[in-house]
Amino acid sequence: MDTFLQQLINGLTLGSVYALVALGYTMVYGIIGLINFAHGEVVMIGAMVSLSVIMALLGAHAPLPSVVIILAGLLVAITVCMAIAYAMEKIAYRPLRKAPRLAPLITAIGMSIILQNLALIVWGRNYLTFPTLIQPTPYNVLGASMTDLQMLIVVLAGLLMAGLVFVVQRTRLGMAMRATAQNPQVAGLMGIDINVVISAAFVIGAALAAVAGLMVMTYYGIAHYYMGFLLGLKAFTAAVLGGIGNLAGAMLGGVLLGIIEALGAGYIGDVSNICGFPFLSDSLQQQCAASEGQVSMFGSNYQDVFAFFVLILVLIFRPSGLLGERVSERA
Amino acid sequence: MSHLTLLIAEDVSKRFGGVQALADVSFTINHGEIYGLIGPNGAGKTSLFNVLTGIYAPDGGTFNFDGEPLERVKPNEVAERGIARTFQNIRLFQNLSALENVMIGRHVRTRAGVFGAILRDKGTLAEEAAIEKRSYELLEYVGVAKRANDLAKHLAYGDQRRLEIARALATEPKLLALDEPAAGMNATETQALKRLLEDIRRDGITILLIEHDMKLVMSVCDRVLVLDYGKKIAEGTAATVQNDPKVIAAYLGGEVTLNLKGA
Amino acid sequence: MTAHGRGKSVPPKVWAGVVLVALALALLPFVAALAGQAWVRILNFAMIYIMLALGLNIVVGFAGLLDLGYIAFYAVGAYMYALLASPHFGIHLPFWVILPLGAGLACIFGILLGAPTLKLRGDYLAIVTLGFGEIIRIFLNNLNTPVNVTNGPQGVNLIDPFHVAGFSFARAQSILGVPFSGPQKYYYVLLLLTIGVIVINIRLQNSRLGRAWEAIREDEVAAKAMGINTRNVKLLAFAMGASFGGIAGGIFSATQEFVSPESFGLFESIIVLAMVVLGGMGNIPGVILGAILLTLLPEVLRSTMEPLQNALFGRVLLDAETVRLLVFGIALVAIMLYRPAGLWPSAVRKRELEVPKVVAE
Ligand SMILES: Nc1ncnc2c1ncn2[C@@H]1O[C@H](COP(=O)(O)OP(=O)(O)OP(=O)(O)O)[C@@H](O)[C@H]1O
Ligand SMILES: [Mg+2]
Repeated sequence: MDTFLQQLINGLTLGSVYALVALGYTMVYGIIGLINFAHGEVVMIGAMVSLSVIMALLGAHAPLPSVVIILAGLLVAITVCMAIAYAMEKIAYRPLRKAPRLAPLITAIGMSIILQNLALIVWGRNYLTFPTLIQPTPYNVLGASMTDLQMLIVVLAGLLMAGLVFVVQRTRLGMAMRATAQNPQVAGLMGIDINVVISAAFVIGAALAAVAGLMVMTYYGIAHYYMGFLLGLKAFTAAVLGGIGNLAGAMLGGVLLGIIEALGAGYIGDVSNICGFPFLSDSLQQQCAASEGQVSMFGSNYQDVFAFFVLILVLIFRPSGLLGERVSERA
Repeated sequence: MSHLTLLIAEDVSKRFGGVQALADVSFTINHGEIYGLIGPNGAGKTSLFNVLTGIYAPDGGTFNFDGEPLERVKPNEVAERGIARTFQNIRLFQNLSALENVMIGRHVRTRAGVFGAILRDKGTLAEEAAIEKRSYELLEYVGVAKRANDLAKHLAYGDQRRLEIARALATEPKLLALDEPAAGMNATETQALKRLLEDIRRDGITILLIEHDMKLVMSVCDRVLVLDYGKKIAEGTAATVQNDPKVIAAYLGGEVTLNLKGA
Repeated sequence: MTAHGRGKSVPPKVWAGVVLVALALALLPFVAALAGQAWVRILNFAMIYIMLALGLNIVVGFAGLLDLGYIAFYAVGAYMYALLASPHFGIHLPFWVILPLGAGLACIFGILLGAPTLKLRGDYLAIVTLGFGEIIRIFLNNLNTPVNVTNGPQGVNLIDPFHVAGFSFARAQSILGVPFSGPQKYYYVLLLLTIGVIVINIRLQNSRLGRAWEAIREDEVAAKAMGINTRNVKLLAFAMGASFGGIAGGIFSATQEFVSPESFGLFESIIVLAMVVLGGMGNIPGVILGAILLTLLPEVLRSTMEPLQNALFGRVLLDAETVRLLVFGIALVAIMLYRPAGLWPSAVRKRELEVPKVVAE
C-alpha cells in the first residue's frame, strides 16, 4: 500500500511540473493552433539560466540567504525565457501564420534544434549538478514520505495555475485571449490586437516554463542541455490527455500523466515478472533462482515509454482529450 | 420510388451548436433535371451539400440515391456512388497543374496500384494514357484546355470554377452538385457557364445547383428548392417559387433581394 | 497519343549526356579516393541518406504527412540485418534474404503505427511519430535483459558484410588488375540500389497513386470528395516510406558492420527531414541534392572549422558536430521563412499534349 501512496506523491510532484509546461503548449495551441515544439527547450533554458545565476552568486560568496539566491536565479530565468519566447514567435512563427500547416511545424522543430545546440555550446555536454541549497526534509504522510521540496513544488504550481486562470478569466488580456481563441478574424474586427494576444500567450507560457525548469532541476538535482526534449514531449502528452486548448485540461492531464508514470514505474517490474511463467529457458530459470523469483521483462528503465503509450491511446480513443470538445473542420 | 427519381432526401436535419443549419428538409431530384437550391446567406445550402456528400453526418433523416440508401457513407464512397461536387470557396489542388487536377478526378474510376506504378506494365500505361486523354477532353469541354499545364492557383477565378467542374465531371457522376459556380463571374462568363450547364445536362448528368445569381437560376433550373433558416419554405418551378410570398419575405428579410444580381 | 514522348527517338545529345553521367558516376569512387578512402565512405553514406530522404519524401513531400520518427524504420531495418547476419544469434542469412525481410518488417511497423493515427490531424501525427521513434530507441537500449535480444547500448558487432557466393564486398581486392578497396566495391552496390530507389520514386510520383498523395497534401477534404480513400492512400505512403527506411537500414548495418541505438536518435530523424526540406519537399532532384549537401556539410565543417579555430584561438571552441546541428536548425527555419519550396523547387510537370482541337470560346 505504501508503494502506491509513495508513487502517488512522486507522481503528483512531477505531474505538477508537467502541468505547468503543458499550459504553455495548450495556450499557444488554443490560440493559433500550433504545436510549439520548442517549448520544452524553453524549460531547459529556464533551468540552465537559473543554475548559472545561482552558481555565480554562490561563487561570488554573496552574503545572501539561499531563498534570495534561488529567487534571483528564477527571476533572471523568467526574463530570459520570456524574451526568447517573444523573439521566437516573432521571427519564426508570425510570418508563417497563413502558410500551410506543415511550415510552422517545421520551423518549430528548427527552433528547438537551435535552442538545444546553443545551450550545448553555452553549457556544455555534461550533466550539471544543482548545489544543495535546500536540504529536502522528508515528512511522514500516511506512511509514505513527502519532502518539503515536493510540497513546495505542488503548492507553487497550484498557485501559479490559479493565477493563470485568474488572468484568463478575469482580466482584459484574458478576455482578448479567449476571444482570439474563438475566432481570430472576429476578434481582430472587435479591435483586439491579435499580435499582442499571441505574444502574450507565448510569453506567459515561457514564464511558467522557466519556473518548471527550476523545479525539475531542484527535484532531480541535475540539469542537462537535452532535458527539455523529453519533458516537453511529456508535457505535450499531458496537454493532449486533458484536451489541448483547454487550461483545466492541461492541469488535469499533467497531474494524471505524472501519476500514471509514477505508478507505472512502480509496478511494471512486478507486472512483467516472468518467473511465474511455464516453459522458461534454463538461463531464465537460473536468473529467477538467483534473484528470488524476481526477473522482469520490463524494468523501470521503460518509464519514459508510458507517456507515449498514453499519448497514442488517447489520440486513438479520445483525440479531443478528457475535457476537450470535438472540433470539426469546416468544409 | 419511380424510375424517374435519382435522389430522395427525407427529413434531413443538421445542427451546429446552437444553429439549426437544416431542419427536416425533404425533396426529390429527378433524372436529368437541373435542380436549383436557393436561399439567403446562412440558409443551410452548403450544409445540405456537406451532409449529402458525407463530410458531415446528418443528425436525422435519410438520403436515397439511385435506388439505394446513402447512409453512413464516407465522402469518397459518395463520390464512388456517383455524386461529385464543387466547393463554394474553390478547393482545387493549388500546386498541381490544371490537367493533374482533372486527372485526380479520374482516380475513383481507375485501378492502378503500387505495383502497377512501379512496374509500369502495359495495362497501367494504357490506363495512364486513357486518364490523360479523358482529362484533357474534359478541360476542353469546360474551356480551360489552353491552361492545362498551368498551376491551378495561377488560373483566373472563372477558370478555376470551371476547372473544379471538370474535376468533378472526371469522376463520372450521376449527380453533379455545384456550390455557387457563378460566384465572382462576370456576365459573359456566367453566360458561358449557363451553356456549360445545359451541355452537361444534355450529356445525361443531373445537376444540383446552389446559386445566388437569380437570373441564372431562373433561366436554367427546372425546379427550385428554397431554404430559409434550415427549413424548406418553397419548392416548385422557377416561376412559381419566384412569386411565392414566403420566398419574397425571406429574401426581403435578408439583405439580398430577388433580382439583385444580373437582372 | 504522344503523351509520354514514347515512340519518339531519343536525340543523340541526350544519349551523350547519359553516357557522360554514367561515366562520371563510375569513376567517382576513384576520384574521391585520391582525397582518401574516407571520402569514398562519405560518398556511400550520401547514397544511404539519399535513399532515406527519398523514403521520407514520399511521406512528407508527396503526401504532406510530417513523420518525425522516420528513423525508427531505419532502425528496424538495421537491427533486422544485424540480428540475422551476425554472431549475436549465430544466424548468417544472405543479404538478399534479409533486405526484403527488413523492408517488410519496417512496412508492417509503418502500418501498425499509421493505421490508428493517420486519421488524426497532421500535427498530432508529428508528435505520435516522434514518440514512436523514442519508443523504438528505448526498446533497443533495454531489450538486453532478461533475454538478450538487442545487446542493449553496446549494440551488435561483427555484422556480416555483403557477400555473394564467396565474393565479399568488404575486402580490398584486385579485379582485372584494377585495385578496388572495400568501400569502392560497396559504392557500386549502393549506386545500383540508389538508382533503383530513385526510379521507383519517380514512377510512384507520376502515377495514379502519386497524384492521390499530392491531392491529399494539397487539400484533404477535396481529395476525399473526389473519391480518394484518404486513409488507405496515406497508409500506403507511410508503408512505402517505411520500407525504404528499412532497406536503407539494412544496408547501413552491412556497410558499418556494427549498429547501436545511438545511431537512431531523434536527431537522425531531424537530419533526414532537413534534407527533404532543404532540397525541396516533393521534388525528387531537390531531395537528392539536399541529401548530398547535408551529408557533405559536416565533413566540410570538420575539415575547415576545426583547423580554423585552432589557428585563431589555439583550440577548438565549437566542435563540428554541434555546429552541424545548429546549421540544420537554422536551415529548417530559414528555408521555411524564405524559400518554402526548397533550394530546388519542383517545376510544373509539363505534359506534351495533342494540339487543342477546340479553342475555348
Ligand atoms: N462547420 C460548421 N460549424 C458551425 N456552424 C456551421 C458550420 N457549417 C455551417 N454552419 C452554420 O450553419 C448555418 C448554415 O450555413 P451554410 O454554410 O449551410 O449556409 P449557406 O446557405 O450555404 O450560406 P451562403 O449563401 O452564405 O453560402 C450558418 O449559420 C453557418 O454559420
Ligand atoms: Mg454556402
